[in-house]
Amino acid sequence: MASSSNDDVLNVAGKVVLVTGSTRGIGFAVAKRLAQSGANVFLNGVSDAALLEERRRALEEEVGRPVQALLFDVSNPAHVADAYRQIFQRCKRLDVLVNNAGILQDRLVGMIDEGTIQATLDVNVTGVILNLQAAARLMTRNKSGSIVNVGSIVGRVGNAGQVVYGGSKAAVMGITQSAAKELAAQNIRVNAVAPGFIDTDMTRKLPADIHEQRVQSIRMGRIGTAEDVADAVLFFASDLSRYVTGQVLGVDGGMLI
Amino acid sequence: MTPEEKLAAAFQAALLLPADTDLNHLTYHDIPQWDSMGHMQLVAQLEKSFDVMLETDDVLNMSSYQKAREILSRHGVEFK
Repeated sequence: MASSSNDDVLNVAGKVVLVTGSTRGIGFAVAKRLAQSGANVFLNGVSDAALLEERRRALEEEVGRPVQALLFDVSNPAHVADAYRQIFQRCKRLDVLVNNAGILQDRLVGMIDEGTIQATLDVNVTGVILNLQAAARLMTRNKSGSIVNVGSIVGRVGNAGQVVYGGSKAAVMGITQSAAKELAAQNIRVNAVAPGFIDTDMTRKLPADIHEQRVQSIRMGRIGTAEDVADAVLFFASDLSRYVTGQVLGVDGGMLI
Repeated sequence: MTPEEKLAAAFQAALLLPADTDLNHLTYHDIPQWDSMGHMQLVAQLEKSFDVMLETDDVLNMSSYQKAREILSRHGVEFK
């Protein structure tokens, strides 16, 4: 947990934060890190209300402050509008959005079905834009805010079997840089992190030989942790990055694909 | 301040308008300040002044001062 002097420098305490897709993996680690730094966190999940509530309670117990939860589909415009209305009603503001919700379905080029394309773009691209749009509306009122999009190393350099996922994450980079230019005048910063090979439920399911091969491609010699990514997000959410916008920060230990 | 005065003040503040501007006939793109960037400033100012949250459709449809009045009425603001 950050010390109180660090908390002063970060100036995250009391900020209202929404982390999409935060019931597990990187999203939960980000939410936890921000809550530990004093933020007023909203967790989000898409369908499993019980898991969302379990995570909310666990985090609330750990930080000793209220943690809130919103069950909604990031790619559904009506759900998104309702979620931000609830944030507005409860807190009257939003200071930080972490656009983390995303899906990954590996498909070789010849095996890509339309459903995979649509589902991936709905969540990874449409979801990011809808949330960014709603968050920017709330942030514009206070002429202040930070939006952090979670991209991927695959969106920067590509990976075999990930044409759809890589395309969607490349879009996240374009969204980040365009929104940063548009929203800078409102003092709203928009940045992205691009995680490499991170230890999550998803990567633990890989066959052992492929898992090892991936780890071998990392110059720092170890798989990344969700906490490594969370600390990079904390930087963008905090005042330490007050003059930084439109940037994509690789969190990949020097990985080569 | 009455809702009508609040509405006028919000337009004047967001679009940097002189006090004698004829607001009743003001429409989107009529003046250089009311461009798309100014529009978002205006929306933020109206939401703040009236403590409401507008829908995306409201933002897209707010093409004039009168239209803003109509939209805010639908969000519970009572104009005389």
